[in-house]
Amino acid sequence: MRVTFTANGKPVEADDVWEGESLLYVLRERVGLPGSKNACEQGECGSCTVYLDGVPVCSCLVAAGQVQDREVRTVEGLAEETGELGLVQQAFVDAGAVQCGFCTPGLLVQTDALLEKDTQPSDNDIREALSGNLCRCTGYEKIMDAVRLASARKCAGEVS
Amino acid sequence: MEFLRPATWDEALAAKAEYPTALPIAGGTDVMVELNFDVHRPSAILDLNRVTELTEWTNDGSVVRLGASVPYARIISELSGPLPGLALAAHTVGSPQIRNRGGVGGNLGAASPAGDSHPALLAAGRDVHVEAASVRGTRLIPIDEFYVGVKRNCLEADELIRAVHVPVADGPQQFSKIGTRNAMVIAVCAFGFALHPKNGTVGTGIGSAAPTPRRAVEAEEYLQGVLAERGLWESGELLGTEVVQRFGELVKAAASPIDDVRGTADYRRHALAVMARRTLTWCWNDYGKQIRSAA
Repeated sequence: MRVTFTANGKPVEADDVWEGESLLYVLRERVGLPGSKNACEQGECGSCTVYLDGVPVCSCLVAAGQVQDREVRTVEGLAEETGELGLVQQAFVDAGAVQCGFCTPGLLVQTDALLEKDTQPSDNDIREALSGNLCRCTGYEKIMDAVRLASARKCAGEVS
Repeated sequence: MEFLRPATWDEALAAKAEYPTALPIAGGTDVMVELNFDVHRPSAILDLNRVTELTEWTNDGSVVRLGASVPYARIISELSGPLPGLALAAHTVGSPQIRNRGGVGGNLGAASPAGDSHPALLAAGRDVHVEAASVRGTRLIPIDEFYVGVKRNCLEADELIRAVHVPVADGPQQFSKIGTRNAMVIAVCAFGFALHPKNGTVGTGIGSAAPTPRRAVEAEEYLQGVLAERGLWESGELLGTEVVQRFGELVKAAASPIDDVRGTADYRRHALAVMARRTLTWCWNDYGKQIRSAA
């Protein structure tokens, strides 16, 4: 079947999509957006997190046909139009929160969603928000640092 | 495989009648796992995401009619007042991403004994009903009759779950769940408890410790008897250790768990008794405070 939707603000079209295929597969293999990672395929790890109509979801658990005519925003869509890294992405780089990097795309989207709702989350809020994102390098402390840094920069940006 | 995308509820019912083996999908948090791992290859998938009324709920003051696809995240943020037990259970489902997609309709459709909604629904009162519909009409199925076996419910092949009807809480409700960590946990076992002071009853729900979710009927009857005989509904006085212990033992006796990868039957029975005592104590303490502050 054919599926058409909006990915990072641009209309995309995927052909010959199998009816049981996931949104994650379509993003990675059919429309050239491999940023979202495929790890557990069962919603346990969060590496494939994307926005679907503004809500963060595991793209491995969304059937491709369900995104027809809807809006998807992936980790690639967190960067600026100019290609520069977005605020959350830069904070992860600066805090050294990236080790093997496989979990990073999901963490970036989930952190972006957290800071959209609450620019100054408590440590407990951060842990709760990221509880569905697993880092098998176990670099959680640096990830916490990165979210705090992103929060501080976002607040500073809003003041200035 | 067919991918069916009805735009309205009537179209969805027509599609289910035409393709009775079609697998309904809404949040996809259960269905997609089975597809990704090729556990299940249905003849057709019936996508319910376009049927927007499934994501709506109404509250007439006595009953909440909860649309099958209202995601857990919204049950927590919008319905913690009228449905406190279900909202607590919803908070233990998966992760934030999963709670943004999954809903009670999927839990009921899958009918897994480990589904987190079930203990809360069973405890919420005798008037909890699953609203199932087909082109033949609509029926309200009492929650006690809904679960018929391991991962089996009493739906007919042409029926879809439209909503679940849950009485608005008239007393404290609690939910407790055992797992290896706080997030992303399938229950080792779970327990829901509710006090219903208006009609002098209590509700229980056991999860993951029997072939189906079930109530602890003898535990409910015992506690109701004690509360009525000793006038505790009126006084709100302490229950005493003996009553709390006995309640825990009766809940434990109502389970028929198995040994599996998540835990042993013995552990589940033990944990259920502990959770039963705790949830009863939490609820009764809250109820006692309400009585004293009203006096």
